[in-house]
Order: sequence, then C-alpha cells, then structure tokens
Amino acid sequence: MKEYVMGNGAIAYGALKAGVNLVSGYPGTPSSEIVETVAKAKPEGVHVEWSVNEKAAMEVAAAAAYSGARTLVTMKQVGLNVASDPLMSLAYVGVKGGMVVVSADDPGPISSQTEQDTRRFAEFARIPVFDPSSPEEAYEMIQDAYECSEKYATPVLFRPTTRVDHAYAAIDRPEKFEPNRVSGFIKNSKKWVIFPRLSFANHAMIEKRNVEIGEEFSSYRFNTVEGGNSKKAVVASGISYAYAKEFLEDYPDVKLIRIGTPYPFPESFVKKALEGVTEVLSLEELSPYNEEQIARLCGRNGIVLTIRGKLTGDVPASGELSTNLIAGILRKYLELPGEASEIDVSDAPELPVRPPVLCAGCPHRASFYAVKKAMKGRNCYFCGDIGCYTLGNAMPLDMCDTCLCMGAGITMAQGFTWMDKEGIGFAFVGDSTFFASGMTGVVNAVYNNANMILCVLDNSTTAMTGHQPHPGTGRNMMGDIVEKVDIASVLTGIGVSKVVTVDPLNLNEAMGAVRMCADLPGVKAIIFKSPCVAISKPVGKCHITGGCLNCGKCIKEIGCPGLIRVNGRVTIDPNLCTGCGLCSQICPVDAIQEVTQ
Amino acid sequence: MKKDILICGVGGQGTVLASKIIAASAMEAGDLVHSAETIGMAQRGGPVTSHVRIGEEAYSPLIPFGSADMILSFEPAEAVRNLRYLKPDGIVIVNSVPVKPVTESLMPTGYDGTEMIAYLKKKCTCIVVDGEALCRPFGSSRYFNIAILGVAAASGRLGIAKEIILREIERRVPAKYLEANKAAFQAGAEIGAQYEVK
Repeated sequence: MKEYVMGNGAIAYGALKAGVNLVSGYPGTPSSEIVETVAKAKPEGVHVEWSVNEKAAMEVAAAAAYSGARTLVTMKQVGLNVASDPLMSLAYVGVKGGMVVVSADDPGPISSQTEQDTRRFAEFARIPVFDPSSPEEAYEMIQDAYECSEKYATPVLFRPTTRVDHAYAAIDRPEKFEPNRVSGFIKNSKKWVIFPRLSFANHAMIEKRNVEIGEEFSSYRFNTVEGGNSKKAVVASGISYAYAKEFLEDYPDVKLIRIGTPYPFPESFVKKALEGVTEVLSLEELSPYNEEQIARLCGRNGIVLTIRGKLTGDVPASGELSTNLIAGILRKYLELPGEASEIDVSDAPELPVRPPVLCAGCPHRASFYAVKKAMKGRNCYFCGDIGCYTLGNAMPLDMCDTCLCMGAGITMAQGFTWMDKEGIGFAFVGDSTFFASGMTGVVNAVYNNANMILCVLDNSTTAMTGHQPHPGTGRNMMGDIVEKVDIASVLTGIGVSKVVTVDPLNLNEAMGAVRMCADLPGVKAIIFKSPCVAISKPVGKCHITGGCLNCGKCIKEIGCPGLIRVNGRVTIDPNLCTGCGLCSQICPVDAIQEVTQ
Repeated sequence: MKKDILICGVGGQGTVLASKIIAASAMEAGDLVHSAETIGMAQRGGPVTSHVRIGEEAYSPLIPFGSADMILSFEPAEAVRNLRYLKPDGIVIVNSVPVKPVTESLMPTGYDGTEMIAYLKKKCTCIVVDGEALCRPFGSSRYFNIAILGVAAASGRLGIAKEIILREIERRVPAKYLEANKAAFQAGAEIGAQYEVK
C-alpha cells in the first residue's frame, strides 16, 4: 500500500519491513517521529519504548541484538554524545542480530546545540554509516543497513538530516509487518564481556574488516555516478545530492558522484569515478568529511586532483545548504552564465522579526516570574537547560544565564556557588530532562554538600519535541498504563533536605516557596507543577475590566503573547488566552479578571 | 503536471493541514508529490513554511528561489518574506490580516501589514483576501486554511479540481467541523472564481 509519510515514517517502515523486533530511543528534533510511527504501526511481538535517555536506549537494544533480534535505536545527533559510551564499546564487542542506530543530524542548526556530523562519529567508532538523500531512499537504505549489520556482526549508524527526516513522500510499504524470529542469547563470556584482551584482538579484526566493507560499498547501489565525463566533477551526499541533482538536470554533461556510505569510504568506487577528472567540488553539510576522504585517497594513490569544498571556502563552513546556495556554488564552479530569474526583493519593507516565545498561558512563564520576583535584588545564578523553558532567556523574563546540554543546569548551579559562596544557585529543569540526565546531578549536589535550589518545571510531558510521554506520565509507548515515577519521592529518596510542590499559577504561593528555600542551607527542590497548555484544555479566559489604567505593567513584566495593545490600549487576545490568570495577579489595580468556562 | 506551491504563515495558523490536503489531492489526481514542513522550535509563534512539489522533476523537498507557481500566504509579511521563491509569472494569494509579532507589545514597530500588501501588489500578481471578513460567518479565523484552498482551487492556477480537494477535506476534517469547513471552502471559491484563469 502507498502511504504519504514523513522521512522519519519511511525510516520506521523500512526498519519494520526488515523485521525489527525492538525499537528504543529518546525524543529529539529531527528524529522523534521514528519511534512514534513504530508505536502507531506496532506489529504483534515488537517491543517499542521511549527510553529514559539515549544511553539507556542503546543498551536495551544492544542486549536484544546480542539475543539475535533486529533492533533500531533513534536519537538526534547530540543524543549520540549521551549514548557514545555504550556505542564505542559495542563497536568492539559487536552484535548478533542487526542493530541500526539512527542519529539524525541537524544542519543549520535548526533546533540543536551543535552542528556535529554523525559521519565523524562512525569513523571514530569504526562502524559503517549510511547517508540517505530522500525519504524513499531512506526506506530502502535502512533495510540494507540491517543486512550489513548482520553480515559483519556490527552496530551500524544511519544518518539522515532534518530535510530528509521532515520531507514527505509516498512510500510503498507492506500492509502488515512481520518481526524476525529471535534465536536467543547464547552465553559466551569470551565474546560478550569486554576486556582489554578482547578489545585488542577485535580492534585488529575491525580494521581489517572495514577495508572489506569499503570494498563491498564500492559496488553498493546508492553509491552512484551520473552525467557525462566532464573534467570538473561534483561529489555530493545526503540532501546535498538531491539539491545538486535538481540543478544539474539542465547540465547533463557534468559528472555527479553520490556517496551513500561515507564510512568505510568506498575507495575503489571513488577512485574509478574520478578517472579523467581534474577538479572536484564536494557538496556536503556540517563537516568536510567527503572532501577530506578524497584528499587522503588522492595522497595515498598519487592522484593529482584539485579538491574544492569547505576547506577551500567554495562551500560555507557552517549552516545548512539549500537548492539556492548550491545553485550559486555550482554556477561559479562550472563557470555558467546567468542567474535564475527571480523577483528582486532587495527593496522589500522591513519584515517583522518573529522569535520563538513561550506560549500564552505557559506555566513556565509563571515559574520563572515567581523566582525572579522573589529573588529581586539578590545575587543569583539562573542555570537553564534543554527544553521549551530555554525560552525563559527572552526578555522580559531574562531568567536563563546559562544553557549547555541536557541536565547541565543542575551541576552548573553547584559550580557557580562553589566559586561564589554568597550566591544562590538555581537550576531550572523540565520533567523529562530531569529523568533523562538530571538525577545524577542531584546526587552529586547532596553528596558534595552543595547549596542550590532545583526548580523542576513539571508540565507532565516532553513538550518541545512534540509531547512524548516519560517516566513521570504513567504511560509508555506500548500503550500500557504504568506506575508514575514520582519526582518528589525521587528527590526525597536521594536526600534533598527540602522538597516542596507548588502551582506556579498561584504567584504568591510560588514566591513564598522560593523565598523559604533561598534562606535554607543545603540542597532544596521546588516542583512547579502545572500541565503544558498545548495539550490541556484551557480553564477559561481573562478579560480586562473598566478599571484598567493602561499602565502596561502586565505586558512589561511577563511578555505573554496573549497580552497585546490594540489602538494603544492593553487588550487580551481571546484567541490566545488560556485563562492562566498570571497577569491578573500582577495587575496593580486588579483590573484583569479570570472567567472560567 | 509540474507545480511548486509554497504555503506560509505563522506557527499555529493551520498551514500544515492546508499543505497536506494539497499534497493528498495531487496524489489522488495521479501526480508524484514531495513536500517539506517546518517542525520544531520555529513552530512557537515563528514563521512557518510548507513546500509542496508536484511532478517527476522535483528531487529536493525544498522549492528553489524563482520556482514557485503559487504562494499561499496566511499573513502579509510572510508572503513578502517568501517572495523570492515565486516564479516571476507566479501568483500570490495572501491574507491581508496581519499577525503582529509577539514582541510587538514590548517593542512596538507599528507593523500592520498594509505596507506589505502594497509591496506585493507592486511586485507580482496577487489575490488579496480579507481573512477576517471571509471567516466571520464561521465564527473563527481557524477556517482560513480551508478557505484559502477554495480561493486557490477556483482561481484555476492550482491545477487540481475543486471536487478532489473537497473530498480530501471530507476525509481529514472531523465530522463536527466538516460543514463549516466546506462552507469556508465554498466562500473562498467564490472569491477565487472572480480571478479565474481559463
């Protein structure tokens, strides 16, 4: 049957068609829809889970793969950093059933901290990587990835980028999926227990094997040469290949070499493709991976070739590429006359800037505001974290002094106050991030006698990535209702001296809790509990009464998008207001009323 | 048929549903379709675009500059922001109702969309639709995403029959809202018919 699906859906269906038995992952844009698609299609006998973090996902899948199951692990590129500990070792130990690790890269970056390149990780870990250029190809390629993984008993990386993950195409997929038969785990400590001796022996085996895989990849169906026999050739991979192919449709003489398997580099294939070529341009996003591989290949084989790309400044070093950018680069490289005809917009009026903001009625706004007001005039460090609440950095809240990586706010709040004992360290962390990588940081604080206040912004979901459930929500991806892991109990169990739960939308209560905790020694925690407005029914609407002085305090203090000025008057946008009532608690003359529906 | 259609607006306006309906309708009509959506942080009040590419020749999910046959814009400034994508002889269908940036109340710029509409009229063929007036009978601006499809279909420039799109709407919209959506589509079609290219 044909289905019009997102690239991530195509990846999920490809894995299901390959008979995948277990799928695990942690949400992260642009990878999240893979696990969601599997959970929706869920064939009998397939286990699917949102793991607590990427490391857990990798380890759950590794054991299943030791048992002969086909497994799929999904994450975004920074998630691979979290999962790198098991992955690096797993590369030495190997697997039995096929194991494909999808790490979605995010050139731009559009919604990530880094512009890291998973192809580098593959080379670093010495494991194969596949690089699809479209949803259709991703569907086919991931099935090949399982074959490769099983043939060489190694985990395999699969690296789509945002534009492949979020592109839509029609996929011809089976109506029903059949999971593979799982042979079962066969105990053998010489094989499954990693010791220096095993690592030494396997390291040698892996290096030898990778040469073999590179050779096999040299005849792989998605490593292709198109066009004529031009002296100037183009090498591209991933979505850059799609951009280049579209542009080169009008220039069929230009040789276009596509690399679908960046590591182990298909050397024989590339060597042959470069015969008769004097100059090559490498089109790729993130890092000059292919460009450097070609340079090495030429050096080792005495091939004289001018190699252009990121290292020569012909291709931008950072940011994502596009059809337009690539068209410009290719025009220059191929010395083509003319420009595409397009409307000249250089005289366009100045466009409104639309930065992302916390939604109207978002409880995070209230939590930040309560801490800000309660701590006014005091020496504080506000350590942020990864999630919607990173947007607490925006004016007028300005409540995010740092943001580094998942869970870092908790440990950084400790570091700041060790260097400034008079300062009060605050860490803001969401519920999903708390489970993913916050708990160990709290143990660190208790163990080392730190002084800090942990603010858990508990909205009962993983909001930023599309509202996935997590251990605190009482639901899992198998559709089971499960015991909720209670954050307050976790904190009490760890030994946090004071744990209070407040409703952030009750401003006085929330500020009182902050003040109390600020004056207590040790590790304290405030759980600001209120559901995400994007998935809960609004309680009502606020409206402005006749007493409004039009002072604009509500607008200036909290910056809620639901508060606007119409003809100079402060007004509440009824389409946006959720009736959270925060503004009504700020109004100096009580001119805002909450009306419940 | 080869057609590139860009749909743009501000996060939360319902552009994704409009893009999905166009893509599904084109497939129903037997064409090969690719599309791409903005997903993630940009969705929260930020500019959003959907690229719908119909036909065999499209390899990339994104429309190149100067290539869109039609831009459906849910907001005046967003049409200008994406105007480079339009073919010089393409058409823009644009909602004249502005969405002020969420920072407008904090840092007023006086943006109200009129300058954008005037600029669009100067630069390209465009159909300006007053979304507020169009959606008033249905009680919510949320129907605009379906109404604009009516305008596009009846203008004859979309290249997909009205009936096919209506069928897709029936398939995708919950029964409770179906009648209002069909009426919104019809109201849009009446506007589009005035500009019909035969």
